[in-house]
Amino acid sequence: MTTLTKGPEAVRLPAPAPAAVRRGRAVTIALFLLPALVLFLLLVVAPMVVALYASVFRWNGFGGLPTNFIGPDNFTRLFTSEIFAQDLWHLLVLVVLSICVQLPFSLAVAMLLNQRMRGRALYRVLFFAPYVLSEVITGVLFSLILSPGSGMANQVLRVFGWESEWLADPGTVMPSLFLVMTWKYFGFHMMIYLAGRQNIPNELIEAAQIDGATGWKTFRHVTLPLLGPTIRISIFLSVIYTIQLFDLVWILTGGGPSHSSETMAVTMMDWGFKRSQVGYASAISVVMFALSLVFALVYQRFVMRRDLEGAMTSQGGRT
Amino acid sequence: MNHGTKKRRRNTLPLHVIAIIVGVFMVVPVVYALLGGFKDNSELSENPFGLPAQWITANYTDVLGSGSFWQQVWNSTFIAVVTTVVTVGLSALAAFVFARFAFRGRELYFTLFTAGLMFPFAVAILPIFVLLRTLGLLDNPLGVILTQAAFGLPLTIIILRGFFRSIPGEIEEAATIDGCTPFGFFWRILLPMARPAIATVSVLAIVGSWNNFMLPLVVFSEEASWTLPLGIQQFQGQYASDTARILAYLILAMVPALGFYAIAERHLVGGLTAGATKG
Repeated sequence: MTTLTKGPEAVRLPAPAPAAVRRGRAVTIALFLLPALVLFLLLVVAPMVVALYASVFRWNGFGGLPTNFIGPDNFTRLFTSEIFAQDLWHLLVLVVLSICVQLPFSLAVAMLLNQRMRGRALYRVLFFAPYVLSEVITGVLFSLILSPGSGMANQVLRVFGWESEWLADPGTVMPSLFLVMTWKYFGFHMMIYLAGRQNIPNELIEAAQIDGATGWKTFRHVTLPLLGPTIRISIFLSVIYTIQLFDLVWILTGGGPSHSSETMAVTMMDWGFKRSQVGYASAISVVMFALSLVFALVYQRFVMRRDLEGAMTSQGGRT
Repeated sequence: MNHGTKKRRRNTLPLHVIAIIVGVFMVVPVVYALLGGFKDNSELSENPFGLPAQWITANYTDVLGSGSFWQQVWNSTFIAVVTTVVTVGLSALAAFVFARFAFRGRELYFTLFTAGLMFPFAVAILPIFVLLRTLGLLDNPLGVILTQAAFGLPLTIIILRGFFRSIPGEIEEAATIDGCTPFGFFWRILLPMARPAIATVSVLAIVGSWNNFMLPLVVFSEEASWTLPLGIQQFQGQYASDTARILAYLILAMVPALGFYAIAERHLVGGLTAGATKG
């Protein structure tokens, strides 16, 4: 850093700055920017490029860069694989469930906790808390609660004369997984909605009520449209997260029973680390990336188009 | 307006009923684990909810008395703290340059970093594993720290740049006239002023690192380097039939995260929701 202190007097001179000062500025910029840039290129950009590159090779991950070029074979194999088709199906199921059940539920709770009521701060803190716990804690906890036979959930249900295999049955594993996801993540979406609701001026709501709108009508025709940008962001986050879903599934089911809850990331880890088919696994990760990217671009272009400008500026103000 | 609110004041009982039902759904799993840790396994299967007939503390004290639990707490803490320092340090330097200097290629570099938001970590995990193995960083905390920091850069830089930009140029001019070097201005004036933004990004980095599972899973194979999530997963495998003991382990593993949440609730909620909506 001592090089930077060279000639502080000179900095004060009016432009055009002498060459030495300009060189000092360039050195400053380089010294400040390079550490972040090097780390980013080495551990983010380079691996992404390697993943792209490796996806067209047969490679076990050893011996430098891959050499056994096989063209699009990994992708052909992937697109004809039944497990991969299931991965996509599970993604669709979880996305639909999230958008149709989890997010409306979060929104309803957010609207509820936006009312004046005693203890609402406590409820907010409580509902958000699982989001702070790690996926592993959540996963292990629920794998015990939902264990078939004498898990806690079954002990409760038996009172009503019912029980379930939960995660152990291909027929119920996806709803069970979704239940756990809702427990962990709905509070997060609730907080986003609450923040969005607070950005709506109360005058608008009051004006509607003075005009005689009932609670539901006010919500449907005033609050909901004004929450549009917030809802669109929360859908976006939910989908992007689901495309990459790994930790919870890995802990809860490992993708089983017999691949009935497997996600793309689980399949990728399976082939990449357990079977050392890094080329094939890279093809999966490339598809995962392409899916995220295409979704993000299409969604931002067509769905969030009108929101982006406003969202950016209001966020800039908030932090 | 005053009498308006008075007139609208209504019975909040239905609201409470719904909130309490949701609250029960949230709390029951954790209370079950907390009480279950004080039971033995036969009681746990007969009496899942009630208070333990006899408070057995052995499950908790065994975990607390084992070196491996504390080793994992220490590893997680060390990795989270160093990750945060590296992420925030490097990001602050870069964000300072992006916010305060005009130079050729600035927008290009900045766009490169923002594009990083679009790179899901899972996509890069295989090449990262190969790279860390080549560099000899497997089973080394640095392997996890540097990777986490690299993936934390984009969001941190974006948030900090926004904040640095909002600080008026006059302050920098005044500092320069008083003989401040660029680094002096950054270190003694900009960073202290940016404390709220620094707190937000630090919270994001700490929680992200503390809860990270996928990266430690592939990087750490030796037990000595395990973080808490790895330890929990392993513990479940090891004591598969001893549910009460696993519940005690889970509860103890929750304490640091929930404690942090209790202390930094405002920053945590603000940071996590703002951080995600930006990403």
